[in-house]
Amino acid sequence: MSSATSPRILQRPDADWPGYRLLVREPLRLDCGVDFGPFTIAYQTYGRLNAERTNAILICHALTGDQYVADPHPITSHPGWWSTMVGPGLVLDTDRYFLICANVLGGCMGTTGPKDLDPATGQPWALSFPLITVRDMVRAQKRLVDHLGIESLFCVIGGSMGGMQVLEWAASYPENVFAAVPVASAARHSAQNIAFHEVGRQAIMADPDWCDGQYLEAGRRPARGLAVARMAAHITYLSEAALHRKFGRNLQDRNTVTWGFDADFQVESYLRHQGSTFVDRFDANSYLYITRAMDYFDLAAEHGGSVAAAFTGTGSRFCIISFTSDWLFPTSESRELVHALNAVAANVSFVEIATDKGHDAFLLHEPELFETLSGFLNGCAEHRGLHRG
Amino acid sequence: MSRSDALDFGLAAPQTVLPARDRLRRDLRIIADMIEPSARVLDIGCGDGALLAYLASEKGVDARGVELSQSGVNACVTQGLSVIQGDADSDLDAYPTDAFDVVVLSQTLQATRQPRRVLETLMRIGQRAIVSFPNFGFWRVRVALALRGRMPVTPLLDHHWYDSPNIHLCTIRDFVALCDEIGLRIEKSVTLDRYGRPFSLDPRGSLANFLAEQGVFVLTHGAA
Repeated sequence: MSSATSPRILQRPDADWPGYRLLVREPLRLDCGVDFGPFTIAYQTYGRLNAERTNAILICHALTGDQYVADPHPITSHPGWWSTMVGPGLVLDTDRYFLICANVLGGCMGTTGPKDLDPATGQPWALSFPLITVRDMVRAQKRLVDHLGIESLFCVIGGSMGGMQVLEWAASYPENVFAAVPVASAARHSAQNIAFHEVGRQAIMADPDWCDGQYLEAGRRPARGLAVARMAAHITYLSEAALHRKFGRNLQDRNTVTWGFDADFQVESYLRHQGSTFVDRFDANSYLYITRAMDYFDLAAEHGGSVAAAFTGTGSRFCIISFTSDWLFPTSESRELVHALNAVAANVSFVEIATDKGHDAFLLHEPELFETLSGFLNGCAEHRGLHRG
Repeated sequence: MSRSDALDFGLAAPQTVLPARDRLRRDLRIIADMIEPSARVLDIGCGDGALLAYLASEKGVDARGVELSQSGVNACVTQGLSVIQGDADSDLDAYPTDAFDVVVLSQTLQATRQPRRVLETLMRIGQRAIVSFPNFGFWRVRVALALRGRMPVTPLLDHHWYDSPNIHLCTIRDFVALCDEIGLRIEKSVTLDRYGRPFSLDPRGSLANFLAEQGVFVLTHGAA
């Protein structure tokens, strides 16, 4: 992991990154009880808001995603994480819809997070940043949506943690959400998922360069810990079948094992690469805070022990999508969600897509996902009287 | 060209577009006619969504569906219908009581694991249920079994015994007896011959049970 051991320390580069910034002046009451603010929301938009302001779609990103849905990433220059989905004539058609994606609260791509300066001390927040929840992320997004003058979102869509935000939107602001599409998600984070997150957090905190969270002041960066966290997490995003298909037991640039601890196997080399490239674009403390937000997510607990109660009387149209080989957010969790929505007679569609690509399938070229989404969105557009632009 | 080829060709030739109702399968047409405009409808085993699409577009029905096959669900959602992947045995319990005006179970009852329980659930979640199923008392079925000594394969029961999803076949009289047993009132019944043409015979009589290839029943609460 050579590149992981020589961290590049970025001094507030986000000021130069492309996109919009909204300064929210009025503090936000967070679930942890803190009134937080002022704070900044960094966001991207695509397409045009129509005159009636009825064609806006909010895209919610996942744990390590960001607002650069369909733009090159400002650090890695990789194409946007949903560039196969968002664009003219694509499923999320920029000729037809106005798309918004904001970096989540606690993130590290421009929205206020632990790497930013605490105005009270002039030092990075680090661990004095308040604990945030998925609901807090959504409350912050609501401020943005209000600021953009959009009363009712045509659709809120997202995968994984993005799906959690979608559910939170539908539960917290039902009259502002016409359609909700949680993909590869769940109404709560499972014990197994919390366990994996804890492994990642412990890897970060065990890195001496983490410095009890004060690594920015110390001019250091817990790159090894963060890389290990990413490696462990990355395994959970793939299926055994996909790993086998991609790598099997193939060796990396060698004909025989080296009788040592080099990356003999391709799968090791791949994971090390995933880890080392991740640390260039992600802040370790953000990783702690956002994984924690996911762990705390439990829609039932927020609504008297019942997921159904979260959606009582909802008029939103739901489309739940899961993938057969996703063991991180398995179909059974989506089905529970479907049953909860059935219990309140909500308008819900549910599709399980057959794929061996695991949890990551929601980010990949998956034709059935695209077809399902376009069909669902077209149906909703018809019900909302949205016509092709 | 054989005679049957010529006939097939002749049937495929007309280019005129049929009205939406006429494009429906015959038994679905009969079911569609039994449903009031703007009703809340759940179609269990909705297949590719033909009935739901018709009801939604022509009758302004609030149309929902449940379908077991992935291809069916995808076909439905892709055309904008609200359909969930699931089955009649395990995915109906979550619905609240009287959630729907009409619950449709067409050509699906015989494929459920617990038909009696499914029927009871239909009547819990719906004000009315419309149930259609193939009649195992149909004369061609009886002939196949009695004279040929083989499990019948007919256009409606088009599987071999070893690959059939139809695990709980019944006759019309069996079905009527079950309705009586669980206290369901038969508001209306239509029997269809092997061309899908409706004819009116008392479903409790032996003639209907002999001549009908399938039955369509409208059930409501309360004994007859």
